[in-house]
Amino acid sequence: MYSPAAKAVAEKLGLKMGRANLEEFADTLLTLAKADRNILAVTSDSRGSGKLGPFGQALPKQIVEVGIAEQNLVGIAAGLGSCGKNVFAVSPACFLTARSLEQVKNDICYSDHPVTIVGISAGVSYGALGTTHHSLHDFAVLRAINNLTIVVPADNFETREAVKAAAAHDQPVYLRFGKAAIYTLPAADTAPFAFGQARVLRQGNDVAFIGTGETVIHCLLAAAHLETTAGLHCRVISLPTLKPLDVSAVLAAARECRAVVTAEEHMINGGLGEAVAGVIAQAGIGKRFKIAGIADEYTATGSQADIFRHYGLTMEGLSAAAAGLLQRS
Amino acid sequence: MPTDGELARKSLQYRRNVLRWIKHAGAGHTGGSLSCVDILNVLYNRILRVSPATFTDPKRDRYIQSKGHSVEALFVVLADCGFFPESDLETLCGYQSAYVGHPTRHVTGVEQNTGALGHGLPLAVGTALASKLDDAGFRAFTLLGDGELAEGSNWEGALAGAHYKLDNLTVIIDCNTLQITGRTKDVMNHEPLAEKWAAFGWAVRTIDGHNLAAITAALEQPLEAGKPSCVIARTTKGKGVSFMEDVGKWHHGVPSADELARAYAELDGAIAQLSGGAA
Repeated sequence: MYSPAAKAVAEKLGLKMGRANLEEFADTLLTLAKADRNILAVTSDSRGSGKLGPFGQALPKQIVEVGIAEQNLVGIAAGLGSCGKNVFAVSPACFLTARSLEQVKNDICYSDHPVTIVGISAGVSYGALGTTHHSLHDFAVLRAINNLTIVVPADNFETREAVKAAAAHDQPVYLRFGKAAIYTLPAADTAPFAFGQARVLRQGNDVAFIGTGETVIHCLLAAAHLETTAGLHCRVISLPTLKPLDVSAVLAAARECRAVVTAEEHMINGGLGEAVAGVIAQAGIGKRFKIAGIADEYTATGSQADIFRHYGLTMEGLSAAAAGLLQRS
Repeated sequence: MPTDGELARKSLQYRRNVLRWIKHAGAGHTGGSLSCVDILNVLYNRILRVSPATFTDPKRDRYIQSKGHSVEALFVVLADCGFFPESDLETLCGYQSAYVGHPTRHVTGVEQNTGALGHGLPLAVGTALASKLDDAGFRAFTLLGDGELAEGSNWEGALAGAHYKLDNLTVIIDCNTLQITGRTKDVMNHEPLAEKWAAFGWAVRTIDGHNLAAITAALEQPLEAGKPSCVIARTTKGKGVSFMEDVGKWHHGVPSADELARAYAELDGAIAQLSGGAA
């Protein structure tokens, strides 16, 4: 996932490698559920892939198995939620947000039940398993559904806080993360984690990198790299909440910076980049702008790292995109 | 507990009201509302432990109308049971009305927003499971259309209901044999239906879905301890209005003024006959 050069930059920044957000999620949920018997995990033969084995062993009465049946997963989760249960429905994001999309739309969001749907191993986490196992559509389809908070944590800290916030939230949440170990980001100089709030990880007014989820680390590395190699001062914003978007942070970045690069582990259609572009354009701000994401084509094959590299979702790729924007006449 | 005679009278009045509000709104699923009126009548007046006063009680019984398009029957029965004033239905399908053409929780008494088919059973499984997990004692009932059974999610729910031995869960199938394209057996045959549900591990009973005593007997208690119940209600689409009965075009349709007058005349005649019989 990281080139030797990127690892060197991370080391220079003093970043420590954390664990997978998936593991952070599972541990946090177990801790919360031990203290609150109303919290349930619902799985579709996904307790292993969701790292919920220990949860199932510790709290067998708080885990519900529905078998390989994602529509049933979401429908049953909604029924449980409607009766006062605090439900986390856990399944690979690729299936959860496609096969059971109608259940998400109607049974969770429209009926307004306190269910967190947890899309694990999201984006191209499953890499070489291919397109059936990728979720590059979920931001687009879920952004178009009313009454759903979309949360995409970038590191273990954001994941832990997101799980706690979701458990305390009595309305629908979509939580989405990957399964690869990830660097822990520096503390933001903004307010503590809250839904709807951006986290500014680095200040600067040349290029604003706006990322969500596990691309944010690559934005941070790119910003540091550009400072060393080109003397550019770039802002890095993590948007752990894709919806509702932190409009003021986005507008401030667009007004104060010379160019904007967005980064997401999602197709370039309908995701973070277009959300940010919509906000900026409707405010009447014209800035050089690049959406970094997966192109609208048959996705390049290979590991998650291969795919990130192919589409420029790396320190090197994002640095080049930013420098390219500034060089454009 | 109302008598069969009292309920029979209610059913006729409900049918009259269904037609009244469909005519008023200028839209509605006429045939399927008329086929499930008797089932809803028995559920709300005899079976369900829920009332306007207990609608927020966590231990109330839950009814989930999977065949959401028959919302007019549900609204008419809920209004009669006092969940909201029937005059609210003057806004049915109107601008900014809570009373849209499928059930929503913006209407007091409605448990789940339905309308897309194949959603009610998984929701009811989750509901019945929540009751079991807390040993709370409440029950879940869901009404499915027979055409709706082609949705695969029903069969996912059927597996789960039996797997978790949810004897506090009852599926009622409004088997009126017609769907929008034609006969259900021609569109996508689901027979033999009783055998299918039995093979999935459910206790099954087939009844006349317009016989109030038979509906009551089937819904009063689980058909078999340790198993979810499936009640196959053989019904007639458009029931109670001669020219609508078993006629596909009344799947959705608004009666003309003349048709409405003829329908009212038939239903009023039946009401008068009941009253005469009682006197």
